[in-house]
Parts: sequence; C-alpha cells; structure tokens
Amino acid sequence: MNTTDVMPQEPLRVVNVGLELFARELEAQGVEVVHVDWRPPAGGAEIAALLGRLGD
Amino acid sequence: MPVRATVWRGFYQDSVVLMHVAAEVRALPGVRLAAALMGTPANHELLSSAGLATPDSKNATAADLVLAVDAATDAEAEAALAAAKGFFDERRRARESTGRALPRTLDGALKQMPDANVALISVPGDYAKLEALTALRRGLHVFLFSDNVPVGDEVELKRLALAQQRLCMGPDCGTAYLGGVGLGFANVVPRGRIGCVAAAGTGLQAVASHVATLGEGISHGIGVGGRDLSAEVGGMMTFFALRKLADDPSTDAIVIIAKPPAPEVMPQLDAAIRTITKPVVVCALGAAVPASAPATWVTTLEDAAEAAVAGIRGRAWTPRSFTDAAAVRSRVAAIAAGARPRGALLGLFTGGTLAHEARVILEPLVGPVNIDGAAPGSAHRVIDLGADEFTRGRAHPMIDVAARDSRIREAGAAADVAVLLVDLVLGRGAHPDPGPSLAAAIRDARATAERDGRTLVAIASVVGTDGDPQGLARQIAELRAADVHVLPSSAQAARSAALVLDPRLASRLLSA
Repeated sequence: MNTTDVMPQEPLRVVNVGLELFARELEAQGVEVVHVDWRPPAGGAEIAALLGRLGD
Repeated sequence: MPVRATVWRGFYQDSVVLMHVAAEVRALPGVRLAAALMGTPANHELLSSAGLATPDSKNATAADLVLAVDAATDAEAEAALAAAKGFFDERRRARESTGRALPRTLDGALKQMPDANVALISVPGDYAKLEALTALRRGLHVFLFSDNVPVGDEVELKRLALAQQRLCMGPDCGTAYLGGVGLGFANVVPRGRIGCVAAAGTGLQAVASHVATLGEGISHGIGVGGRDLSAEVGGMMTFFALRKLADDPSTDAIVIIAKPPAPEVMPQLDAAIRTITKPVVVCALGAAVPASAPATWVTTLEDAAEAAVAGIRGRAWTPRSFTDAAAVRSRVAAIAAGARPRGALLGLFTGGTLAHEARVILEPLVGPVNIDGAAPGSAHRVIDLGADEFTRGRAHPMIDVAARDSRIREAGAAADVAVLLVDLVLGRGAHPDPGPSLAAAIRDARATAERDGRTLVAIASVVGTDGDPQGLARQIAELRAADVHVLPSSAQAARSAALVLDPRLASRLLSA
C-alpha cells in the first residue's frame, strides 16, 4: 500500500464508498476513482458493529 | 386514493439516487405522494406517518428498497411503480454499458486500484465505522462524510489514523480540499496559499469561497468533524492537521474553523498554535476570544477569510459590518418607508455552520434566538435543515431543496414571521440549479403574506464562486429578481436582518 503522504502534491486516487454523486464529482475534477457498489452487510447494523470491534 | 408499494429485496440504493427516483415518480400523472426509501426502522416510521405503509412494505429490511405511491387511480399507481422500475433498469443498463464491473467492497476496489490513497465514505452511520476501519488499516486517508457515528468510535478511528500517520477527516465531515481537489460538498476555488483546518463543512466552504473572491486560494482544507475539539476527542485530528499545514511549503497562512473548543483542550490548542511561525486565524463561532491568544481570533467566517488574506499579504486588517454600508442603509430606509414588517425572524438554513453563525451575530443585536433547542420560546428562530432530525431517510437539503422550499411557503402564512433569512450553498455536490426554486418559494411566501396584509422581507447570502457549476452571479440574479436582499456573506445577511427588525441598530452597524 502507498505509504507516502497526501499532503504533498501527490495526485489523489480515491475509493468511494457510499453516495455515487461524490464519485461523479471527483471524476469531473479529473481524479481517478473506483466506486464501490456498496450494500449493507448481511445481518445488518448489528453484524457491522461486531465486525467493527474485531481485529482485522 | 389507492396506495401501492413494492419491495425490492437486497437492492440497496443511496439517498441521492432515491431522491431522484422519488422526484421522477412524484411528477407522474395522478401521483399525490411517492417515497423511495430503504427499509430502516426510521423510514418505516416515515412511511407510516405519510400513510404510505402497506403490509408488504412493513416486511422490508434495511437492505430492501421500498417504493410506495399514493395515486388517484389504481392504474396510475401501477404506472408509477412501473416507471420506478424503468428508472432502475435504465441505470443498470448505463452501468453495464461501461463494461466495468463495480467492486462490492473496499477491498475489491483496492484490487482495481492498489495505489489508492483516499477513501471517501458516506454510507449510513451504522456501517461507517467498519468501512473507515478497513480503509485506515489498508493505509488510506479517510474522508468520513457519514454522521450518526458514536463519539467512542470516532476516538478509536482517530487513534488508529494517528498511529498510521493518516488523516481521519470526520465523521460528519462535509468538505475537504486536498491538493486542489474538492471532496464532498466543495466550491470551485483556486489552489493557493491558505490552509484550513475545519470542524464544519459549510464553514470551510464559506471561508474558501471568500478567499477565492478576495483573489487568493486554498492549499489544503482538512476537515476534522464537528467534535474534534471536544473533551472526548481532544483535538487529535486538529493538531495533526495543524502540524501538516505548518510543515507544508505551499501553505503561508492557516485558518482554524471550529466550534468552541472544550476548556480542557484550549491550552493544547494555544500551545500548538505557538509552535507555528505562519499567520494563524481562529474562527470558533460562539467562543469568547481569549485575552492573550497566539493567533488572530475572529467572530465570523468572512472575517476569517479576510484576516488570512491580509496575513499573507502582510497587511493590517480590521473587521467591518458591511462591504457596502451605503447600499444597506438605502435598502433598510426603503423598507422602513413602506409597510413596516411586524413580527420575528425565521432563519431557514441548509448550512449548519451558517445557521449557528447567524445566531451568534443576531443574539447580541435582537435578543434570544431559538435554535437546536436553545432559547426555546423565543420569537426569533433559526433552523438548520441539515441537522440529523431533518435528513433521516432523505438527502441533504443542499441537494434535495424541496423540504426547505415548502417551509418557506408555509412561512408566508405564519402571522409571526416578518423577516425570512436564508442561505444558498453552491458548489460541487450541491443541487445543480437551486436559485430558481428558492426564488419561486420566496415569491409565493411573500404573495401569501401580502394577501394577509403583512410584509415579509427576504434576506439571503450565497456561498459560492464564479467557478461553481451553478454560477454565483446567475444564482444571485435569480434571487434579486424575486426582490430578495442578497448580501455578500452570511454575517452581513444576519446583520441586515437585525437592521430590518430594529432600525435603531443603524447607529451601531452603519456608523462607518
């Protein structure tokens, strides 16, 4: 994974998870974007909360 | 009226897409009401209260899409549901025509783009932490637009970010600028020498737009989320971002846009600023200005931009009430010469920071202002329509303008409202052309008020730049054509509203 910092003049390369609108707006600025076709995990919010507490 | 609902199982769509499909269906013949929502508990309540719940819709889960319509006839209801299906079919065809399969997870996306460096996350709050954790663990900076994330989760995310030397912008981060790229809701501004650390999305938008108007630009604008300077979070991301901007050779001055910091964080904030050799401007709306602060403290977003620009130009700066006091004087005199507006102020805002700034400016001038449960019972009210309670199950009012427009029309019939104060926020991500519908709503409200023998004065400010897709000049012209008094900043709009409510304030506000 990229270990350099964003703060210098490095081009942004973005993964967009959520509102597709934001991916389109980044593309309009010439930014490389991969949009994730996200959906809630099976089991819903409770499972997501559990997964959020577990290690990777 | 027949109510029909259909449920698409396991068919997730985001709130902006749902807004568009609901709007298309609502415009069909015979359709009285239409809703397109995911089946969350809050959305089931909305469907029930709108009379749109059906036995089918009640079984939908948060992963299922509900489309419900109330139409004049069975045939029109069925046609509306078919049209919605057509909308989604069309989207699927358009997506498939690109020949590129969309990943279903963040890790799937990283297989397509292994050198990604930022994750922009705007999933519902219940799922935001999981996605942000994954992104940080993969070494990405995170822009976390999602709200409704518990503060304990925010602390955990920001600790991980600091350990990884990554930015965790948010939760509840509306706007950021990284190296000239705007993320989230962002006005089109030039790159320049002013860096911002912002706890407020519309606050950053307003400062960046004012900076652009003054002929300068933004190096980086780092969002930190509204709670960063709270006792719980302890300013973790603010201090990290300040160090980054202090070391950044493209940044010559720094603006901190914050909520009032927790008292226990203030000494650290002071200490952090003292290590910076560049000019630092602090705008913490509603905070008392410290007596011996190591920075220039200002009280409005406009002043923050002006002080920073003066800082990099090496010029002295003093705040002023109005850009064009003479124009305000003549406008207020014209209003005073006509039928006096009798009643109170109603502020209807889409930008939360702008709503709070309005209250901070208005209260010393006209007395208590009811906002977010503060000063209940006061005649003057300011409402932040972007607050969680108004955005459940629908897109933000900067995108979905219908809710505010209908409140403006209602205000026309409210006997106690004499002055209507509104913002209009332009930029990427916002509604493509909000001025005409806002102007139409204000015209309607004023017509209703006049029919009832009342005067309704409308005052506005527009956050935007000439580079924004909506066009600043065109949006202002739309409002002015509806006889809306448009001021160059939200602060000036609030002061102008105070003058209309109490012309005696002229000696304080228009003396210069």
